[in-house]
Amino acid sequence: MTVREGAGWKEIPRGGLILEPGNAVAYETGDWRTFRPVWHEDRCIQCLLCWVYCPDAAIEVKDGKVTGVDYRYCKGCGICATECPDKAHALEMIREEEAGADG
Amino acid sequence: MGEDVRPGTAEAAGRDDRARRRRTALTGNEAVALAMRQVEPDVVAAYPITPQTDIVQFFASFVADGRVKTEFVTVESEHSAMSAVVGASAAGARAMTATSANGLALMWEVLYIASGSRLPIVMPVVNRALSAPINIHCDHSDAMGARDSGWVQLWSEDAQEAYDNVIQAVRIAEDPRVLLPVMVCYDGFIISHALLNLEVLTDDEVKEFVGTYRPDRSLLDPDRPVTVGPLDLYDFYFEHKRQQAEAMAAAREVIPEVAAAYAALTGRSYGMMEAYRLADAEAAVVVLGSAAGTARFVVDRLRREGRKAGLLKLRVFRPFPASEMAEALGGLRAVAVMDRCDGFSAAGGPVFNEVRSALYGLDGVRPDAAGRPQGRAPNGPPLVVNVVYGLGGRDVDPEDIEAVFDLLFRRIEGEEPRGEDGAGVLSRSLRPSPNTEVHYLGVRE
Repeated sequence: MTVREGAGWKEIPRGGLILEPGNAVAYETGDWRTFRPVWHEDRCIQCLLCWVYCPDAAIEVKDGKVTGVDYRYCKGCGICATECPDKAHALEMIREEEAGADG
Repeated sequence: MGEDVRPGTAEAAGRDDRARRRRTALTGNEAVALAMRQVEPDVVAAYPITPQTDIVQFFASFVADGRVKTEFVTVESEHSAMSAVVGASAAGARAMTATSANGLALMWEVLYIASGSRLPIVMPVVNRALSAPINIHCDHSDAMGARDSGWVQLWSEDAQEAYDNVIQAVRIAEDPRVLLPVMVCYDGFIISHALLNLEVLTDDEVKEFVGTYRPDRSLLDPDRPVTVGPLDLYDFYFEHKRQQAEAMAAAREVIPEVAAAYAALTGRSYGMMEAYRLADAEAAVVVLGSAAGTARFVVDRLRREGRKAGLLKLRVFRPFPASEMAEALGGLRAVAVMDRCDGFSAAGGPVFNEVRSALYGLDGVRPDAAGRPQGRAPNGPPLVVNVVYGLGGRDVDPEDIEAVFDLLFRRIEGEEPRGEDGAGVLSRSLRPSPNTEVHYLGVRE
């Protein structure tokens, strides 16, 4: 059972029960973010530590290589930037408002 | 623990033969522990606190002696006890706990999680005063504080009713129209530790009455996965609270249905409330808990003297039976609502405020087309005064209740409230507004 946006109290499962498994993908938690990680491909050494540590599976990887950050789900916790080796410094946290309209 | 009925015996065999049903002397806590054993919930998690302690002690011995298959979880606090039964209930178990006073206070956060998650947990609450100062004796401040936590509240006059309420609570809680947790409240020591000769059902009768709990959703069902207690913000939280309000309203239908089924089994009949000699009464007291028995005794005494006294015993406080209340009290001249709790609103106790609210706006003075007064309150709604009594276990005697009736009859005769209304036991009243009298019964000036 998928809960329709704007559904009334008679239509939704009681007590906040979620009956549909694997639905976290439908909840885009990226809109909570205050800071965002910016990935610099030129500095990245492809160690994949950011991918390992990201608590939200928001580091995008293709063919074994980091390709970017999925801002739909990234909450901006900064763990990726902390774990990124100092010598690489490929992930940099900036304020959301500095990200500009392209975010 | 008193002798109780074992299944498979001659006594238990004939379920329609009431004469064979066992009468036995039990304390309130023994009776409630017996009811819990007979219900045999899947999980009990509890932490001992006076005066609830021996429920947990008795139940632990049932587990140790192999008389129940219940998973008994010993926990380090009441917060954990309630959390454990929340988890068990969400996992599809029939789950129970029990507490009193400060233990209930420590559960506070999780009480709302149980009701908000719509988990049909049953919990005896042995009423005791809250600290500070520390007091182990009866008043209702513990359960009254939890009145808005979304739990159904059944109140008991004696050990028999506490026993009967626990068994009915299981069916009320688990009814698909309700799915709310239920507190079974009864007075600490006065009921919990006093012996009463009461009638108990056989184990088989109880098991048949409560049936097998079949939750429609369970955390332990891998074929139908479910998430319980998720984040729920401004988009749906309000809708879920509206569902809860509807469930509590549905309990107003379910509680009398369950009571009727229980009456068919036992011959003991319970409604949302009991109207005792109210039909032609002029003055009445509204009481919940053990003081109802004292009040009934006083009503009988006054009736023998020709005074039109009555009693309204409130059994169900949540959901609040407002329309039944208006029906029962609307025609009276004066009513005293007894609160064994000072809600510290400085405008009267919790029961008083809800009872008087139920009587507000009764259509009484507007005449019909023929010029006759109409409605349930032909003389206008009754005067309603508040009497706070029995805090911290202060005893309440027939003479105390009689002083309350004296006050009501003086008001009916036209005596205006003064700063001090003293028949000795009624102390100087609070007058938070010109139409509100809050009396303190049995406190020393």
